[in-house]
Amino acid sequence: MEETLKIVVLVKHVPDAQFDRHLNGEGNTADRDESILSELDEYALEAALQLAEARGGSKAGNQVIALSMGPAGAVNAVKKSLQMGATEGVHLTDDALAGSDAAATSLALAAAVRHLGGVDLVITGMASTDGETSLVPAQLAERLGLPQVTFASTLEVDGGRLTARRDADTSSETVEAPLPAVVSVTDQINEPRYPNFKGIIAAKRKSISTLSLADIGVDPAQVGFAGSWTTVASAEQRPPRTAGTIITDEGDAGIKLVDFLAAQKLL
Amino acid sequence: MAKVLVFIDHPGASLKKSSLELLTLARSLGGGAVALNGDLSDSAAATFAEYGVEAVLRPATDTLDDFLVAPKAAYLAAAAESTGAGIVLLDNSPEGKEIAARLGIRLNAGVITDVVAVDPDGTAHKSVLAGSYTTACRATTPVSVLTLKANNVTPEPAGAATSPETATVEVPAVAVAARITAREQKVASGRPDLTDARIVVAGGRGMDGDFGPVEDLADALGAAVGASRAATDAGWISHDAQVGQTGKTVSPQLYISAGISGAIQQKAGMQTSKVIVAINKDAESPVFEIADFGIIGDVFDVLPQATAEIKKRKG
Repeated sequence: MEETLKIVVLVKHVPDAQFDRHLNGEGNTADRDESILSELDEYALEAALQLAEARGGSKAGNQVIALSMGPAGAVNAVKKSLQMGATEGVHLTDDALAGSDAAATSLALAAAVRHLGGVDLVITGMASTDGETSLVPAQLAERLGLPQVTFASTLEVDGGRLTARRDADTSSETVEAPLPAVVSVTDQINEPRYPNFKGIIAAKRKSISTLSLADIGVDPAQVGFAGSWTTVASAEQRPPRTAGTIITDEGDAGIKLVDFLAAQKLL
Repeated sequence: MAKVLVFIDHPGASLKKSSLELLTLARSLGGGAVALNGDLSDSAAATFAEYGVEAVLRPATDTLDDFLVAPKAAYLAAAAESTGAGIVLLDNSPEGKEIAARLGIRLNAGVITDVVAVDPDGTAHKSVLAGSYTTACRATTPVSVLTLKANNVTPEPAGAATSPETATVEVPAVAVAARITAREQKVASGRPDLTDARIVVAGGRGMDGDFGPVEDLADALGAAVGASRAATDAGWISHDAQVGQTGKTVSPQLYISAGISGAIQQKAGMQTSKVIVAINKDAESPVFEIADFGIIGDVFDVLPQATAEIKKRKG
């Protein structure tokens, strides 16, 4: 029998970068009123769907679970994932989670992944487009004691092992790891599908289960502001950049550019 | 007892500028040890002494490079425990951050990435949300792990050189790790690293498939070459060169933007640059809103003219 896979994709709702983004309130956390599925997470979901489809999809018993942690709005990222084709959605939400840093977030996610049980692969995007720290996937792998392959630009699974290619600036590597494993994929790995009409209708029939900290056996004191290992003492909005000198080329703009660089001592 | 531990991976014959920045910052925080991976050349050893390093630790195994990250984090955790360091400093490369992430879990230590400055009390400063905010952060744990962004500390040797002792650290076994089975070196461009470069010249859609003028100007300035997503997606230049929200974040002394409209995706990757110069045919391009010096004109006229002028002045 061909292997089936149970894949968890971490999806995050992030402030839409098309709008101004702000830090607010206690603990200087990001305002997520205008939030969307993080664009980079779509590549992770697509990678999971392709692995599942290559093995006969959900009919053959493959599962692609979209997992999101966060307040009520986080469910939007899960809904979009279901429309793209995830088989089920899980929303980890609890008031005590507010203000969790990477360490606390990874603790809660690790507990959720253990709670789901029998997970072969956890796939994430290469970074979130808001926090930009890229810490959570590596910390999740460390907490679960799993190997992690970051920045995968290809991903294949065969016989309980994964093979991935990573492209770094100075070299390309081929990497192998036994399952279960945590993988983060780049935006070069695939072209994420758009949810089609059928997908949107099908998503309405799929269930989204809600998990609280009690459900996954996490003490509220281990997460949130209290359980975090870092704290943001102060946040200041940078003054917006203002436009400087703008000229129209009259045949000598290249020379003027060099004059400007010389005046700024940048030559 | 060492207060700070600095991770230096494969220094080679001469330390990178970003490594010297880490050593300088470490000294300002009370000094400490280096946890080295790879060979220790005589010249690297001399640099450690010059920068006031108290001890150089080396792993008892030479297999760290065969695996991804996890064993390096295990080594560094053991090194931090053996020196009793309160602060562990790493570079801010993707691998540096990933090692920091795992190390944080192993040491129960708060991790702060993208740090630009550290106060004597350990408060770290960084910018977030694509440079629109600056924050002051602290780890609330006894040990903190910080990754330092390049180009924010001026490297400075110590007043008096030290003679660091060398010690070996046993690396605890890691149950399972991803193994690197093949590695191909890419052809070196001879240009500085995009994320560390003092000057970046970046091209976008307006280059219309021809990055020659961008590369020529970059070489005249000793700069790295960057690109917008439109240019890398079109395959005009390697994906590694992408600057922006889905690519690299850079904050050089000078960023020259050529034929890039400057949509928010791109701005997110470069708006903390010290000086921004923009060249674009379209006077309405958003990049002009943040440019210190803007030229409304054709990149194929302006760039070659500037390149020729720089070569002339530099003689």
